[in-house]
Amino acid sequence: MKHFTEEELIAYRGGEVSQRAVIAKHLSNCAECRSELARIETVLAALDTLQVPDPGEDYGRRVWQQIAPRLPERPGPWWQAWFEPRRLAAIGTVAAVILVAFIAGRITKRFNPGNTAENREQVRERILVVAIGEHLGRSEMMLVELSNAEPNNPRQKQVNISSEQRRAEDLLEENRLYRQTALQEGDAGLASVLDDLERVLLDVAHSPQEVTPAQLEAIRQRIESRGILFKVRVVSKELQQREQAPQAPPAQNDSQKKERNKV
Amino acid sequence: MNRMPQSVESVKLANESDAMAIERTLAGDRDAFRVLVERHSHSVFRLAYRLTGNQHDAEEVVQEAFLRAYQKLSQFAARANFGTWVYRIAANYAIDLTRRKRREDARRETPVMSTEDNAERDPLDLLPDAAPSPERLTQSLELKRQMELALAALSQAERTAFVMRHWEGCGIEEIAAVLNSNSGAAKNTVFRAVQKLRQTLQPILENKAQAGVIGTES
Repeated sequence: MKHFTEEELIAYRGGEVSQRAVIAKHLSNCAECRSELARIETVLAALDTLQVPDPGEDYGRRVWQQIAPRLPERPGPWWQAWFEPRRLAAIGTVAAVILVAFIAGRITKRFNPGNTAENREQVRERILVVAIGEHLGRSEMMLVELSNAEPNNPRQKQVNISSEQRRAEDLLEENRLYRQTALQEGDAGLASVLDDLERVLLDVAHSPQEVTPAQLEAIRQRIESRGILFKVRVVSKELQQREQAPQAPPAQNDSQKKERNKV
Repeated sequence: MNRMPQSVESVKLANESDAMAIERTLAGDRDAFRVLVERHSHSVFRLAYRLTGNQHDAEEVVQEAFLRAYQKLSQFAARANFGTWVYRIAANYAIDLTRRKRREDARRETPVMSTEDNAERDPLDLLPDAAPSPERLTQSLELKRQMELALAALSQAERTAFVMRHWEGCGIEEIAAVLNSNSGAAKNTVFRAVQKLRQTLQPILENKAQAGVIGTES
């Protein structure tokens, strides 16, 4: 009899609908899975005994009294969100890349008036390739450093990964924008690698800043299990080749994109 | 509005829908925002307490969430549910706050404990009146401490995902939005959180069950 995994049973306990009827039917016939579900249930039920203190009936009124003097006369305008520092930084980086790509396209056109729109498209793509290549390089460096992280002092029981964490947070915003660009360009393979990278960056960014060697090992294993370093290296190398190639015809670019889908 | 008698004002506040309160706030009636604050403060506090593990930080999260919600209210206009939206703002702020505190604590080299609220309280204050024996009470307190430590050992994303899914009954998409990830990753984060909690707590619970401290239904 095929048993359900811990993950499937936890999802079932959480009320997830997929496979619900199948799992319920299996549980009625399988004592082993029933017992596993009961063990999960015991842990969750014990956690339910942790209580949240009651802030009092007039809590809402107190919150209002505390925040009312700090509220401006009117809510901020809708475009304010675009000026949040992190979004500005990420948008700035990607905008700079696009601007350089545009200027490069114009210069190429001026010095080579015979060039077609196809050639200008290639120049633009090459600049994006360079930018994404650099982004992948920085990500790879951060992941390698994280994989090799050790306590500063051998007597310390915890490893401080706050520096890697900050870099992961910065890389995350850029990664999202590059992934969207890759999707718009129809490069599903690159988008998929950037999607995998995003999950790892998210994992690192949301980890505790001080981790035990066991927790660090678990992070390393998650990085390894996704094979993300290998994928990043393969794609970086390919992007490097595209960057160095004199002028790859569009047909070759398409085949390279298809090839990358296999990574 | 300020001249209105308190009782009439209260009735009006209770009957006004979130959408109407938002509309009035956006039209320049700042006091209309009070309806939203009074209506949603308790649920946001519950979430914030579970995410931060202490009352002081939870109260800061609630205030900051409503301040941010007010400042960004014009971006909310097209959305459906104010409660869900302010929840998301609170969860994001709780993540930032906890991360900042961990950084500060790491600099001072003093670990963050989610039990700080209880640290100066007499443990017996936490016990139910009908507790059967001092020995059992001590073990229950120890169990509570172990559970709080297990929650504190989760990463902030795992804790957020677990709290939102298990205690607040949020959907995976909603959790994904707070974590800035996709639903597959959010589902995986919930799983990792439960798995870690099990690894830590299950052996303790099984020992306690054998010693008769807690009952198991299995």
